[in-house]
Amino acid sequence: MIVIDAVTKRYPDGTTAVDRLTLEIPDRSITVLVGPSGCGKTTTLRMINRMVDPSGGRILLDGHDIRERPVNALRRSMGYVIQHAGLFPHRTVIENIATVPRLLGWDRSRARARGLELMERVGLDTALAKRYPYQLSGGQQQRVGVARALAADPPVLLMDEPFSAVDPIVRKGLQDELLRIQADLGKTVVFVTHDIDEAIKLGDMVAVLREGGRLAQYAPPAELLSAPADEFVEDFLGADRGIRHLSFFGTEGLELTAEPIVAEDATTEQVRAHTIPQTPYVLVTDTEGRPRGWTHAADRAAGLPTELLPYGHAFTYGQDSLRAALDSAVLSPTGWAVAVDAEGRAIGVAAQETIAAAIRGAHATVGPRDSVRGVLA
Amino acid sequence: MNLFGYAQQFFDAPGRWSGADGIPQRLLEHVQYSAVALLIAMVIALPVGLLTGHTGRGGNALSVLATAARALPSFGLLVLLTILMGLGMTPVMVPLVALAVPPILVTTYEAIRAVDPALVDAARGMGLPRWRVLAQVELPVALPLILSGIRSGAIQIVSTATIAAYVSFGGLGRYIVDGLSQVDYAKVVGGAILVAALALATLGFFWALNKVLVSPGVRRR
Ligand SMILES: Nc1ncnc2c1ncn2[C@@H]1O[C@H](COP(=O)(O)OP(=O)(O)O)[C@@H](O)[C@H]1O
Ligand SMILES: [Mg+2]
Repeated sequence: MIVIDAVTKRYPDGTTAVDRLTLEIPDRSITVLVGPSGCGKTTTLRMINRMVDPSGGRILLDGHDIRERPVNALRRSMGYVIQHAGLFPHRTVIENIATVPRLLGWDRSRARARGLELMERVGLDTALAKRYPYQLSGGQQQRVGVARALAADPPVLLMDEPFSAVDPIVRKGLQDELLRIQADLGKTVVFVTHDIDEAIKLGDMVAVLREGGRLAQYAPPAELLSAPADEFVEDFLGADRGIRHLSFFGTEGLELTAEPIVAEDATTEQVRAHTIPQTPYVLVTDTEGRPRGWTHAADRAAGLPTELLPYGHAFTYGQDSLRAALDSAVLSPTGWAVAVDAEGRAIGVAAQETIAAAIRGAHATVGPRDSVRGVLA
Repeated sequence: MNLFGYAQQFFDAPGRWSGADGIPQRLLEHVQYSAVALLIAMVIALPVGLLTGHTGRGGNALSVLATAARALPSFGLLVLLTILMGLGMTPVMVPLVALAVPPILVTTYEAIRAVDPALVDAARGMGLPRWRVLAQVELPVALPLILSGIRSGAIQIVSTATIAAYVSFGGLGRYIVDGLSQVDYAKVVGGAILVAALALATLGFFWALNKVLVSPGVRRR
């Protein structure tokens, strides 16, 4: 555990970058520091690996003041990833990754084997091992940056806006990769970002900082969304935090109906039998059960020419969140969301009203979290 | 007679390619003086440039010193030192070294300062000690610029090493000095051509050195 204990940082020019910040960063989880630009996130992170010396307070790593250890040994036990990766341009990918192992005295072949192993772990083709950084895309460079930080298997990983310089699609890939790696390795990750969506996606715990380096709220992301501590946090979370909060509720309890689903080769009788009063449409699937689109049931049963209406997108039942289900219903021209199983076969549909009821139910079981405000304010 | 005529006359002269006043011997002397002067200049300028660049301190003092050194007249210095110290290699070396130190020093300082701070930050953050940050990150990344500073110094030394001949040392300057005093223009032209050719060869040498020493990742090809 990393304990940041009443830490203050005042720069020589008088800027108070961090103001009596206290945080307990749990082991083997991702803790995100988030807040507007200039609120002291980078400064806080850099105090953990002693790139910046606090003006007051102390930082403990597993109960010991970090100043007790030789500074370079401390840094080698903490992977460090920065925004533009900071790869060494004169070294190949594999040499970059092997930096800390070589520093720790590993022999060349062991460092190299480790490097190749890490390239695979971060989703890099090992054919890139001999490339130089300028020959890589921004996303690939960031992956090398992460691999380099992980090379000596440090228990702690410090990441300063590592994904903010790449485009949104690449960023999503990198975020997913990080979550996958974290599930395998269980590092103590401190992750800095100014992007609240990234914070909510990645964080087990999220610390929201405000200008002047003061802590606004420290909570798991779901709690942040359901019970922001004050107006600042609420503003920072943005207008659609209610919708985003739905990402934390599963669809496993959602009531589906499989009635209005027919195969594309269904007979007139079958279509008629599957028509329900709540909607004039039935969902048509291919012969394997995958959804194709909605069609007007009565017209189809009467043998009139009908066309398939798009169903928007389906959600995977039990795996996707209520947010995905709601989105699916909102996007569907019929107002009904299509649920599929892991193989993509339609297993049922749900009306907007049903999803709304499930949302009310989910909120009811979570209960009021307003007590949190009192504790952290 | 035109330039080509003089040149032809010079290079065709009997005994020109052998003996104590032959081209190989004079060329060797010239290269030796230049190499020694360049090495001394590097030994002085590189460590100072690397350290001031790494710490970022003393940059102003450095550029003042360098500007002052640039204003030193090499020939005047040679004459003065020879009067003071008598004939010898030192009065020859001092102006040559003084000529090469400023470009090497200033370029090295600036090359290290120009290294992306994010690289240095990443290196320190990974726990590299300072000397490794300098030797393994800043130096290799700044190397192309540093080499260009050494190259300017080398070219200036090669061109100026002709002055050694004025105080009765060898080198290609011998042809120019002797040619002038003997009113042998072919010799003057020949000597000048050889000095120019050696300067070009120096350029080529540094081009090759750049290929060998600078990482393809920094050269970007
Ligand atoms: N080396 C420094 N010297 C003076 N002020 C600094 C320095 N580094 C950061 N600051 C100031 O401290 C505040 C916090 O900076 P920083 O920690 O980089 O914020 P963030 O990472 O949240 O954008 C800002 O006002 C910034 O201008
Ligand atoms: Mg920052």
